[in-house]
Amino acid sequence: MTQTKPHLLEVKNLRKYFPIRKGFFRRVVGNVRAVDDVSLFINEGETLGLVGESGCGKTTASRCIIRALTPSSGEINFRTDKGDTVNLARLSRPQLRPLRPQMQMIFQDPYGSLNPRMTLFDIVGEPLLVNGMTDRKQRTERVAELLKLVGLRPEFMQRFPHAFSGGQRQRIGIARALALHPRLVVADEPVSALDVSVQAQTLNLLLELQQRLHLTYLFVSHNLSVVKHICDRVTVMYVGKIVETASTEAIFRSPKHPYTAALMAAVPVADPRVKTGNVELQGDVPSPANPPSGCYFHPRCAFAVEKCKTESPVQRELAPNHFVSCHRAEEIKLEGIAA
Amino acid sequence: MTSQSPLLSVHDLKVEFPLDEGTVKAVDGVSLDVYAGQVFGIVGESGCGKSVTMKAMLRIVEPPGRITQGKILLRRFNGKDGDTVDLATLDPNGKEMRDIRGKQIALIPQEPMSSFSPVHTIGDQIMEAIMLHQTVSEKEARRIAGQLLRDVGIPMPEQRLDEYSWQLSGGLRQRAIIAMSLSCNPLLLIADEPTTAVYVTTQAQVLRLLRNLQLQRNAAIIFITHDLGVIAQMADYVTVMYLGLVVEQAPVDDIFHNSKHPYTQALLESIPTVNMTPRMNLPTISGSIPHPFNKPKGCPFHPRCPKAIPGKCNTHIPKLKPISEKQAVSCFLYHEEEIA
Amino acid sequence: MAENQVEETPALQLGSKAEERVSVASNWQLVWWRFKKNRLALLCMVVLVIFYIIVLIPDFFATQDPEETEARLAFIPAQPIKFFDESGLRLWVPAVMGKRNPVTLRMEWQVDETKKVPVRFFTAGYKYKLFGLVETDLHLIGLTDLKSEDKIYLLGTDRLGRDQWSRMMHGTRTSMTVGLAAVALSVVLGILLGGVSGYFGGWIDLIIQRLIELLQSLPTIPIWLAMTAALPQDWQPEQVFFAITIILAFIGWTTLAREVRGRFLSLREEDFVLAAELAGCSRWRIITRHMVPAFMSHIIATSTLAIPVMIISETSLSYLGLGIRPPAISWGVLLQEAQNIQTIAQAPWLLTPGLFVILAVLAFNLVGDGLRDAADPYGH
Repeated sequence: MTQTKPHLLEVKNLRKYFPIRKGFFRRVVGNVRAVDDVSLFINEGETLGLVGESGCGKTTASRCIIRALTPSSGEINFRTDKGDTVNLARLSRPQLRPLRPQMQMIFQDPYGSLNPRMTLFDIVGEPLLVNGMTDRKQRTERVAELLKLVGLRPEFMQRFPHAFSGGQRQRIGIARALALHPRLVVADEPVSALDVSVQAQTLNLLLELQQRLHLTYLFVSHNLSVVKHICDRVTVMYVGKIVETASTEAIFRSPKHPYTAALMAAVPVADPRVKTGNVELQGDVPSPANPPSGCYFHPRCAFAVEKCKTESPVQRELAPNHFVSCHRAEEIKLEGIAA
Repeated sequence: MTSQSPLLSVHDLKVEFPLDEGTVKAVDGVSLDVYAGQVFGIVGESGCGKSVTMKAMLRIVEPPGRITQGKILLRRFNGKDGDTVDLATLDPNGKEMRDIRGKQIALIPQEPMSSFSPVHTIGDQIMEAIMLHQTVSEKEARRIAGQLLRDVGIPMPEQRLDEYSWQLSGGLRQRAIIAMSLSCNPLLLIADEPTTAVYVTTQAQVLRLLRNLQLQRNAAIIFITHDLGVIAQMADYVTVMYLGLVVEQAPVDDIFHNSKHPYTQALLESIPTVNMTPRMNLPTISGSIPHPFNKPKGCPFHPRCPKAIPGKCNTHIPKLKPISEKQAVSCFLYHEEEIA
Repeated sequence: MAENQVEETPALQLGSKAEERVSVASNWQLVWWRFKKNRLALLCMVVLVIFYIIVLIPDFFATQDPEETEARLAFIPAQPIKFFDESGLRLWVPAVMGKRNPVTLRMEWQVDETKKVPVRFFTAGYKYKLFGLVETDLHLIGLTDLKSEDKIYLLGTDRLGRDQWSRMMHGTRTSMTVGLAAVALSVVLGILLGGVSGYFGGWIDLIIQRLIELLQSLPTIPIWLAMTAALPQDWQPEQVFFAITIILAFIGWTTLAREVRGRFLSLREEDFVLAAELAGCSRWRIITRHMVPAFMSHIIATSTLAIPVMIISETSLSYLGLGIRPPAISWGVLLQEAQNIQTIAQAPWLLTPGLFVILAVLAFNLVGDGLRDAADPYGH
């Protein structure tokens, strides 16, 4: 029997709270529970979609995972290229530094993610420079290679970001992220700020790069169609918590959490013959500083019962590899999107 | 389309921005007709000119932009058929235009947060709009405002009138701004990306609300967005724009299932939908949207068009011509007539 | 490269040469191009350049030794340069005629337009050392007839018979340099302390911010007066100059530090800074390579606007006798001579240093505004 390979990334009970301070002495009066007990895993070579509306904590979670932020508690177990697993949550800045090349990030805003005062050569070459490649000729070659990889002409190396369109800038950002041969790439809404036609080009590029370079993606997005297209598995977040995790096909065909179903139903389909918006959610998304009691979704849930108001649901495996946090998951019948 | 004459009719509109580096032809000859009771969608990517067209209709194009050509004919409120005014000829700050804005044409802006003054209550602002265009007492205006909030589905409307915009959640704010735009019973609403700034789950509510209101009042809505999904759900009739020109106009079903223009077709193919086979390469439109200073000669789409006819598409600009009773397209694949 | 490689054309295509130029233009070049379009600011920049040329070689512009006193030659009125006379283009100044006042027994001088004293550009005058090294006697303006005993006083003389024009040239050197030096010091202090405050946050931030507030709540003029009055009387002019610079910078750095801190705080959240951190950049590299350049153009613009404040401060202090002291010369020192009504009534040309102050301050303000607009057109 073959031993199943351990996950590339395993996150356990991740929490990130931002304290709210009030008063003259700045006492902590409460917390914004941006990430509130998140657990997930990603296998090598796969793409996990992290889905939710803005403010649900997915960006904060992804930044904790890549240690741009320091988590309040929890484990982030990363399997390094040497084969051993380290808990990133517990490492200090100097300890993280040698591991940085293995996890990189692609940002949402193509305009804010590139330093406008640096040439492409400087931007894409900086990771190489600070990690030991001091020979300029070597760097030039590698930068040319990376630019070609993302579909840009190497001659553009001397240009500044202001000469490029949004889609091109995003490619520059991707080239930068790939400079150090990362194993895990966190893509934080990489196509949300791009024009529709450019989105397609960028998604194709990401798929192709994954194939070529054996990358693993954590794909954060609020756009369900994009997620369905590019992800193997999907995790849905709501107000800092994970409500459902399953393979893409399973979660779209038969969602098991009312929020997931509502989210899918709310997305307008680009086909006038398919009417969406049948499941209409009342109310608004609660604030993570002051979430409701029990299950955070209960005030808006069509299926809520007494238990939902008082008890927070625990994550359970309803079907193989299909996890849900809902008291009534077995009973309720939800509609998915026909494949 | 109905047999009555259109509520708003735009003829060959051109809007230019003379800048230091050159003149940007943001809108380069756009014509469209909006009928009462219709949701008219304008869809396109950045640089297509949809926002500028909308602003031209309301005469709020920022300087140095100006309308250089064309007519914007608005059929007056209680006028008989044929009593139209050309908005392009009016003084943008003049009394007549200000009278029309808010009363006959209302705007639902993109960002509800920045559209409300943070230092005045919602009620004050809605009442101001009401009293500007109608001669009513303050008490009556307040009653109307309360009713409006109720109409848009805001719970406890009387209380909300005395609240400030930042006290409301995103979805409620959006509803409040819709209420304000409806305050004087306009026959034409212009919705400029009204759901970009709200949550996905709230978006569905807002879209449903707009639909209901439109049906109730038999108003026309011009719905401007880049989101093809929203257009598919909301619009009756769709105009597709590219680089300042209309490339196709058709009923919504025809646009999605029977499009004629290569750009429309390519655009629809490139968006990932939940019905597609996942992880396959999406068909893309080659190249990218040219910079407005570098508009290609001839048809603006020809450098990226897989069906471009050399010798014709790169030298002449196609004109928008009907190919059926309800559908019109500007493409030499369908029209032999050449316009230089 | 796979099938879906997109042959990307750049976003900007203003004709290939212009496009190439713009794409490889660094931020400073872009700022300069935008600045150039502002004609007024450009003109003022030329004015400032002229001022600083004077700063470098004041003796070249002077006509007399500024220290030379001659009580007999007191209050000679200004002898303006004229460009034409009967025979065409010829430079001359009207001569002065002196008469002893029988009552006060003092010499009184008047300009005599009939007597012409020819002058010339680029001629010999008193000897001086260029940059303190090379001895020369070349001056911008001087007498044509080198053997003549006449002297020209383009802006008249003061009560000790010293040539006002030459003294103004030397005064320019001091006044324009003190402002520059004081601002430079403020900038260094401001960036250092503001940067530390903004980047590290926490305790350091708190302490530095409270210090800034403390300093800003102190009334500036009394502080200056107190500090300059505390300077020992026997100090050399250079030492006094140095001390004044430090005193002016002592409070001036606080505003800049606050701005720098604000910028650091917002820059910390920028994606490109995060990307640099994720690539493994050291803190030092992030600060110097990413954050400082991002606000440098803004800092330069605001500093340029701070210099006129310093110039006026120094002028005011010296005017009150508490700043630069004679025999050192600055505009403020020169204006000291114009402190009473009698002097002003008798010798209004002694107020001309005030004109220079106005000109310099205006020029700096317009250049600073122009720089700020060019560096930050949409507030990026």
